[in-house]
Amino acid sequence: MWLDSAPVITLDRVTKTYPKSRRPALDDVNVNVEKGEFVFFIGPSGSGKSTFIRLLLKEETPTTGKVLVAGRDVATIRPWKVPQLRRSVGCVFQDFRLLPNKTAAENVAFALEVIGKTRSVIRRVVPEVLSLVGLEGKENRYPHELSGGEQQRVAVARAFVNRPLVLLADEPTGNLDPDTSIEIMRLLDRINRTGTTVVMATHDSNIVNQMRRRVVELDRGRVIRDQARGVYG
Amino acid sequence: MRAKFVLTEAATGLWRNVTMTIALILTTAISLALLGAGGLLYTQVNKTKDLLYAQVEVTVFLETTVTPEQKDAIQSKLESDSEIKSVTYESKQEAYERFKELFAESPDLVENTKPESLPESFRLKLEDPSQADNIDAKYKNVAGVDIVSTQQELVGRLFDAIDAVKNLSLVVSLVSGAAAILLIGNTIQVAAYSRRREVSIMKLVGASNWYVRLPFVLEAAVAGLIGAVLASIGLAIAKVIVIDDALKALGQNSVVPSIGWSEIAVTAPILALVAVLTAGVTGWTTLRFYVKV
Repeated sequence: MWLDSAPVITLDRVTKTYPKSRRPALDDVNVNVEKGEFVFFIGPSGSGKSTFIRLLLKEETPTTGKVLVAGRDVATIRPWKVPQLRRSVGCVFQDFRLLPNKTAAENVAFALEVIGKTRSVIRRVVPEVLSLVGLEGKENRYPHELSGGEQQRVAVARAFVNRPLVLLADEPTGNLDPDTSIEIMRLLDRINRTGTTVVMATHDSNIVNQMRRRVVELDRGRVIRDQARGVYG
Repeated sequence: MRAKFVLTEAATGLWRNVTMTIALILTTAISLALLGAGGLLYTQVNKTKDLLYAQVEVTVFLETTVTPEQKDAIQSKLESDSEIKSVTYESKQEAYERFKELFAESPDLVENTKPESLPESFRLKLEDPSQADNIDAKYKNVAGVDIVSTQQELVGRLFDAIDAVKNLSLVVSLVSGAAAILLIGNTIQVAAYSRRREVSIMKLVGASNWYVRLPFVLEAAVAGLIGAVLASIGLAIAKVIVIDDALKALGQNSVVPSIGWSEIAVTAPILALVAVLTAGVTGWTTLRFYVKV
């Protein structure tokens, strides 16, 4: 059904050179991510994975080339429309990025409050998404009362609560032990099965090898491999 | 937009940097009080000018050797002058009565002055008080006229003094106003920095600029408003303690009109408006540079 629909993410000959840097962080990159895909972006530090994610969020703009998210050219989005873009892209990071003075439920609710959702919507949706990520009964714990894996679940709940088109995950298992990492991967897999596109940057070879999903390998800003059902290699 | 959320954030921010907030409020209050004082002085000076001009009297003093013919000639000339509204003759005896009244506190001086030694005079009211110099030029060389006193010099000096005070208060209020604006900018930067986690998450999940910035702008505006309230209270206290007393000392029928409550009542909301707008705009502009999308 999504055969002839536009890709969720398109990078068209994208080059990104940071000021004061001689080598581009991304060098002539062409990638399409279709709706519902699960894609790993792998490569060593400095290979351009984070730049890729920053481009999708319009935290950076490409030096040349086009970045399209859900058919919209990120470079030409007016500044006041950027929040709309970010609402269609959920984000999870290595360091969880939770507010330490808010409980798990409040952290998720915060993301809804700041985009103007009504209290009744928040009251209904927050418990739903927290049970979806397996945090039933821990809604009122503060981040420091949760394990690393549980904190990352809160972060995933927060990223997913708006049902984004794409879930971006930047090294989401970077701070977790192998067993916990696998639990988080199961969670991301479950979210992917709901139809949400998942793009994950990682250099965790175990996970990539176990999941057997599409792998895009970056090296010094270039795509050196794009393989369906790939391994870390 | 969820008003409660934004308001709570603003209140939290004000409380979090409470020392900075107090500094901000005080600086705003001081600069606004000076601005208000400058404004009040300005209207005051204009009112005083009108009143003073209405009372300006030109006096043509006659020489002691003046002959009755000369006196009559001068009087008819004055009365036929179109620039002069009214002419009142003052004899030596009348001049002495006025002198006694004027120097009632120095009886020695009154004792030693004889009515004969005071000059006769014509006291004139002018159609246009600002043209007193014309009268001076026209009559000072007429036979029998000693000097023409216009009070211009005295009035001029008084206005120079008031103008100087007015300008000084405006300069001081501008300088402290600039300080207040810088302080507002700085307070907002500190507030934004102390909440950088919240701000980065808000931007990440797609909060609109309004949502991210409004709590900070409200913070500045509330601080500005409190400053304006303090400034208005300060002005009211200054009216009661300083100005009313000073005017009482100047005498009941002083030429300087008192500052009424109505002027304070008009100034206070203007100060509040200036404070809220300045704080809000400064806050928003600071955030434009500091909190990028």
